[in-house]
Amino acid sequence: MSWISDIDWAGVLIQGALIGGLYALFAIGLSLAFGIMRLVNIAHGDLIVLCAYVAMIVVNATGVHPLWSIAVVVPVMFVAGYLMQRSLLNFTLGPSILPPLLVTFGISVIIQNVLLEVFGADTRRLNAGAMETASITLPGDVTVGVFPLVIFSVALLSLGSLQYLLYRTKLGRAFRATSDDAGTAELVGINNRHLYCVAMGIAMAFTALAAVLFSIRTSFDPSSGAINLIFAFEAVIIGGLGSLWGTLVGGIILGVSQSLGGSVVGPLVSDLIGNPVAAQWQILTGHIVFIIVLIVKPDGLFPRIRD
Amino acid sequence: MKTENKPEQKSANRGRRNTLKTLAVGAGTLAAPVLMLKPAHAQSRTIKIGFVSPQTGPIAAFGEADKFVLDGVKAALAKGINVAGKNYPVEIISKDSQSNPNRAAEVTNQLINNDKCDIILGSSTSDTVNPVASQCELAGVPCITSDNPWQAYFFGRKGDPKKGFEWTYHFFWGFDTIAEVFMNMWESVPNNKVVGTLFSNDPDGIAANEGLPGAFKARGFSVVNQGLYTGTTNDFSAQIAAFRKANAEIVMGVFTPPAFATFWTQCGQQGFRPKIATPAKALLFPSAVEALGARGAGMTTEVWWSPSHPFKSGLTNQTARQICDEYTKVTKRQWTQPLGFKHATLEVAIDVLKRAKALDAASIRDAIVATNYQSLVGPIQWKTGPVKNVCLTPLVGGQWKPGKNFKYDLHIVNNLSAKNIPIDSKMDALKS
Repeated sequence: MSWISDIDWAGVLIQGALIGGLYALFAIGLSLAFGIMRLVNIAHGDLIVLCAYVAMIVVNATGVHPLWSIAVVVPVMFVAGYLMQRSLLNFTLGPSILPPLLVTFGISVIIQNVLLEVFGADTRRLNAGAMETASITLPGDVTVGVFPLVIFSVALLSLGSLQYLLYRTKLGRAFRATSDDAGTAELVGINNRHLYCVAMGIAMAFTALAAVLFSIRTSFDPSSGAINLIFAFEAVIIGGLGSLWGTLVGGIILGVSQSLGGSVVGPLVSDLIGNPVAAQWQILTGHIVFIIVLIVKPDGLFPRIRD
Repeated sequence: MKTENKPEQKSANRGRRNTLKTLAVGAGTLAAPVLMLKPAHAQSRTIKIGFVSPQTGPIAAFGEADKFVLDGVKAALAKGINVAGKNYPVEIISKDSQSNPNRAAEVTNQLINNDKCDIILGSSTSDTVNPVASQCELAGVPCITSDNPWQAYFFGRKGDPKKGFEWTYHFFWGFDTIAEVFMNMWESVPNNKVVGTLFSNDPDGIAANEGLPGAFKARGFSVVNQGLYTGTTNDFSAQIAAFRKANAEIVMGVFTPPAFATFWTQCGQQGFRPKIATPAKALLFPSAVEALGARGAGMTTEVWWSPSHPFKSGLTNQTARQICDEYTKVTKRQWTQPLGFKHATLEVAIDVLKRAKALDAASIRDAIVATNYQSLVGPIQWKTGPVKNVCLTPLVGGQWKPGKNFKYDLHIVNNLSAKNIPIDSKMDALKS
């Protein structure tokens, strides 16, 4: 067990927290749509991949650095989100959460297959040059990638700006009112249908932001959507449905548990059973923590919504 | 559960029908009326070949060349083929497994029960190959598969080496060969012989995790095995830290392309720079290497087929290079390894049908067993394989290097395991 004293705890925690930022960024769109409309968006992962392809088109057409493609992809996806809500999802909203679940599942299947038909099965990636592998060394000999730091900072900024939008602006007040009681909000003159479209537009704008960073971080193909969905869901649920900062905390808890799983729990189990299984325990530990949170606090850590 | 039971029932019926058919044929030699009926049937009959392959889903890249290959083979079969002295038109029915084992089993059942195929072909990874073969074995339909390491095919289907399977036959290389090819490559470049390994938690990775680390140790490499990673892993910091601590100069694993892209980027961020990186499965396709950007140069991988392979199609008489060139001309895309195996699977089946003494399952099966054929991927015969149903094809080592017409070209850099396949260039260590 000599390896326990060798564990680079600071490194494990920092890398885990940075991954948490990525999960939180993935989850913002999901959290927003659920918080305001009670819409569980199964297509969220595939929408991230769709945004990544849009970013790829922009980069290929203009030759700009992938980060600049944000300036195009985010507004385009805002409009796309608005239209998707207006022409389709608004009709599914009602007392039951099942219709939007089924419709977004259909959207997920359609997006995957249209992308495959149009772009083929090739693995793609946006190339950000030296930035991808650049790193800085923190005191205590912890090497941290610059790009994961960028992702984490963008997650913080996104949550901060959403916080401002929801709690300091008129639009935000309308969102909160609709979220609390859609019927009463309509009585005082709020156009819920329009508001939902704006909410989906904003959710898609943040999804687009996450997608550009994701497509620089790793490669993607038409079927990579589902992989992104599960951690986003877990982050939202650990943090508490509809709670923005809870989503970040949820993401970090998930990321750190996985990191501990790979560096501490996994090696420990490997020692116990005499078989190398360290990597297996990485994701598993995250899922176990998720289940523990569900058992101990079924509403998540910071529940905002009580039905 | 109802729908799941149905195919089984159907296959049971099919089995019974086959028995009846065999009985009828047997009786036919005695009873004249049956003989009289047969020619009238044969005239209108079409030979049907079922072809199952992953054309959509996570491993759709393996099925990318299907259309090109099928078009070429169909053109070569325009005049039909002669079986037992009669000419028959041939129909190839292509089905998409959607990279999903359940779907693969379902479409195979359709091919067996609705289309009544004479022979069924499957290719590309356990998720498609194994269910296709299992359904055929169950229904007593002759089946030829390829493009899946043979242990994953044979033991993945709980095959008993003593008995083997009756209806299903496979050609590809095995994990023992890939271990040998990788070590041949590693020994050609100076390094400290410390290997860090990591495997994907899927049938390919699990089989590799059981066999490869032991094989490396047996030949004097020290191995730091991190075991199986889950497909959804976004962070490899823990594994990289372990490799770095052990000072591994070689990294080997079974990866999906996105997982390897994440892993390799993080290696760069965390200052881990091995001399050799050999991710199996992840870098078979040029697009996956291009996705790594400049850091894709120098990656090493297994090569099961390439334009340099000195083999010819027995069906169209084209060499490997001619087929690759034509593929690039028609599709404007770089050649890929499944191209050769998809073509070979079809041409082997056609050779089998041509040699069949009659168009019934047992005669076709006997023709498969008797195969001795020079295909686009090398000689195919099932008499000399490691187990009854497996024929081995050659495997060599390759390295991705900056290319001329495309961003990266796959060079064959080590052929110690199959000397008849020429080397394109010498292997280089990764630049640190």
